[in-house]
Amino acid sequence: MARKELAPGVGRLSRSQAYARRQLYKGKKTGTAPAAPETAPTKEVQVGGDKNGASRLVPTSKAPRFYPAEDVRKPKQSRKAAKPTQLRDSIAPGSVLILLAGRFRGKRVVFLKQLESGLLLVTGPYKVNGVPLRRVNQAYVIATSTKIPLGSDFKVDPKINDAYFAKSEKKRSRSAEEEFFADGKPKEKEAFPESKAADQKEVDKAVLAAVKSTELLAKYLKSSWGLSKGEYPHQLKF
Amino acid sequence: MSESNFTRFVEVGRVVLLKSGPQTGHIAVIVEIIDHNRAIIDGPTTGVPRQAFPYRHLALTPLVVAKLPRAAGSGIVKKFLEKAGTVEKWESTAWAKKRAATEKRRTLTDFERFQVIIHKKARRDKVRKVLKAARA
Repeated sequence: MARKELAPGVGRLSRSQAYARRQLYKGKKTGTAPAAPETAPTKEVQVGGDKNGASRLVPTSKAPRFYPAEDVRKPKQSRKAAKPTQLRDSIAPGSVLILLAGRFRGKRVVFLKQLESGLLLVTGPYKVNGVPLRRVNQAYVIATSTKIPLGSDFKVDPKINDAYFAKSEKKRSRSAEEEFFADGKPKEKEAFPESKAADQKEVDKAVLAAVKSTELLAKYLKSSWGLSKGEYPHQLKF
Repeated sequence: MSESNFTRFVEVGRVVLLKSGPQTGHIAVIVEIIDHNRAIIDGPTTGVPRQAFPYRHLALTPLVVAKLPRAAGSGIVKKFLEKAGTVEKWESTAWAKKRAATEKRRTLTDFERFQVIIHKKARRDKVRKVLKAARA
């Protein structure tokens, strides 16, 4: 289907089709743009100091203090709006996913839910393969057809959202002397917060029960995935 | 002329395996020979429509449907096949079983592949233990 023209000067839509498409049968619009709020051209500003007069009339919007020598091109305005990532049909709560990148690459984990940002919330479970509650990008994941029977009313605590995973504020940078002495010594690490450990246990309770119900599933989640000789991803069925 | 190195002949009643086309992997029976390139095959019980087929794309099996009349219609072929139980005989051959196994292997999911590894290890372990005990 031609987007604009069928031939030079011949549009895709006929006169009546264009009329209908533009809905001109409704009558032309005769509205006025909403009146801009009135702002005074100058405003009064208090000035400090004895000899400066108490107040001054200052223009509300200042003229620019720099004009470029040549006219600068304005970039075109984009009409694209970012939409939340669509979840693949093959991924549902309880699906086993294979992580392909990051610290836990090769691990098989359980999918819990998709967060607002579009990232997937997964868990090892922690006791099984050491993967904690973690956010993962859908693009770096293979969805297997194996599903863990979590039950239709499985819900993750709504407090586990994107804000839950935000990094804490960085400490003040150390002075040069401190850094010199600290160089070479192991970095200080903050102890893992108790609340997060408790959250992990809470979420994993239901998941672990479901994992234990199926034979060999725990062993499966414990093992890592990898390609061996003769295995080609486009020929494998996951 | 009594002894021949050849045992599988293109003849009326020979069961063949289709190697290309939409019915690849199905078996059919040669019903009539057209010429040195083609034969009419028919597989009413295996989903192969009656058609002319080149020998190039057929594999001869050791099975034969005995006494099948030349150029028999599909109904007759069906009767003979069911009486002789040809399809069951084919499914029980090592050839057919190997084909089924490779087909299954290609459709295994990741979890099933993992289970195969575990079972193979367990079998290997048992066999080695028995062997060790027998040697001692």
